[in-house]
Amino acid sequence: MSQRPSYLRVFLAFARNSLVRDMTFRANFLIETFSSMSWVFMNLGFYLLIFRYTPMIGAGTGWGKHQFLLFFATTLLINSLVHAFFMRNAHEFSELIRTGTLDFALVKPIDTQFLVSLTRVEWSSLANFAVGLAVLGYSLWKVDYMPGPVQLALYPIYVLCGVAILYSLMISLAASAVWLGRNQTLYNFWFYITNFSRYPMEIYQGTFGDPIRWLFTFLIPVLVAVNVPARLLVRPLDPKSPEDWLLPLFAIVATAGSLAASRWVFNRSLLSYRSASS
Amino acid sequence: MFARTNTTWTILRISIEERLVYRGDFALGTLMRFLPIVTQVFLWGAVFSAVASAGGGETRIVGYSYHDFIAYFLLTMVSRAFSSMPGLASGIARDIRDGTVKKYLIQPIDMLHFLFLYRVAHKLVYYAVAIGPFALVFFLCRDFFPDEPLDLATLLAYLASLVMAFLLGFFLEATIGMLGFWFLEVSSLLFVYMLFNFFFSGHMFPIDMLPGAWGDLVRMIPLQYLAYFPSAVFLRKVTGPDLAWGLALQLFWVLFFALASRWAFRRGVRRYSGFGG
Repeated sequence: MSQRPSYLRVFLAFARNSLVRDMTFRANFLIETFSSMSWVFMNLGFYLLIFRYTPMIGAGTGWGKHQFLLFFATTLLINSLVHAFFMRNAHEFSELIRTGTLDFALVKPIDTQFLVSLTRVEWSSLANFAVGLAVLGYSLWKVDYMPGPVQLALYPIYVLCGVAILYSLMISLAASAVWLGRNQTLYNFWFYITNFSRYPMEIYQGTFGDPIRWLFTFLIPVLVAVNVPARLLVRPLDPKSPEDWLLPLFAIVATAGSLAASRWVFNRSLLSYRSASS
Repeated sequence: MFARTNTTWTILRISIEERLVYRGDFALGTLMRFLPIVTQVFLWGAVFSAVASAGGGETRIVGYSYHDFIAYFLLTMVSRAFSSMPGLASGIARDIRDGTVKKYLIQPIDMLHFLFLYRVAHKLVYYAVAIGPFALVFFLCRDFFPDEPLDLATLLAYLASLVMAFLLGFFLEATIGMLGFWFLEVSSLLFVYMLFNFFFSGHMFPIDMLPGAWGDLVRMIPLQYLAYFPSAVFLRKVTGPDLAWGLALQLFWVLFFALASRWAFRRGVRRYSGFGG
């Protein structure tokens, strides 16, 4: 008799184990928290520096200092969640493939993608989530416009969509280790691609900008991940402007599409897995 | 003398061959390193468009036009191709931790000398492979560079600053790696170094943009010579006495860290105890 495992309970056990582990090496945990936060503060300093010289990013786009800080906070929230739950696991996954230890994951009576994606929770990354919330609160207080209840309700949903899109990209890249043996370059590739998601999509304009915007909106939807939730907060919702409701609608499609694609890539990679050295 | 030259040549040759094994991965990696520049180009394009629409007239930020900015970022790529030393400090610290450093103590070869040649070999292969992507990108972006060609003096100063950027990068990272004799694990220290390097070497923005005390502080530390200084020399943002002074200071830092790494190695070896193997 086979029983369906309780995914929630398994996940909570993973989260608890990771926390116990992190708390065993407390000094290391503090250093990790501190270093990831200092990275964030350096970036914040860089953006504040830019706004010493310009009132806005892109003429007439509306991304002034505090609007951009809202954008930055959204980036932080999404990235910290991705880092906390998936980053290390995706990296481990390529290693499991390379060393052949994926066998142990395959024989367990639970969905392999779930197991591989969530084994370790990196609690120290959640410090940046708190920083993100603080920046979000500060800049919401500073902008002269308050988002309505619909926008506030939709915001967390779209943040989760952003996390799902980035997760899909990450796990697909990690799975490609099956075909490549190693994916050091691809790992950098992930870093370089998500780099495009860190700024408002309006900056990609002109002969070269338009194709880039198109590519990272429709083919690899990383631009959608942060831009859609951030826009929700920054501008008043105007159902008359097609961009305002088309893009959020597309974001849902993009999220579903990315998740489906990553599931497909993941399963394909398992089919090609040859269990090295076992 | 002859034996030493021979050793040098052998190490250089082996390192070059080793590097060429992974040339596919390597060429791909080089091209992808230009991707972050793309974001920078668009970011600063957007910034300049906003400044222009707010102010009018010719737009400059701390004396840099939009074209200067793009040229600057491309030039910092060149500077960093010389000054960045991926894995040097962490490699030294690892060798100390796991005891591999023993081989330098019992074999008739000097650790810094060996690592230096190893780096030179890697850099030579890197330039041989990277010249393709670099030439392509610079050709595509040729309109961003100043029209008047470089005069001989500036060109020589630029080349000197690049070579010294390589030396400074090497000795600075080697010194940090040698700290492993005392701390064993230097990864968090390295992270801090990387963080400062990323922002204050001028990799993200010309350091002229830093206001007040921050600007003074960053000018005092040697990081600017790893990315900012050579690029600023090329763009003729640093000229005349400033240029001579800058080159002298860069040389000072090279010598300082060359001595520091040598000294740290000597002192470290005295502390070090090797077991087994």
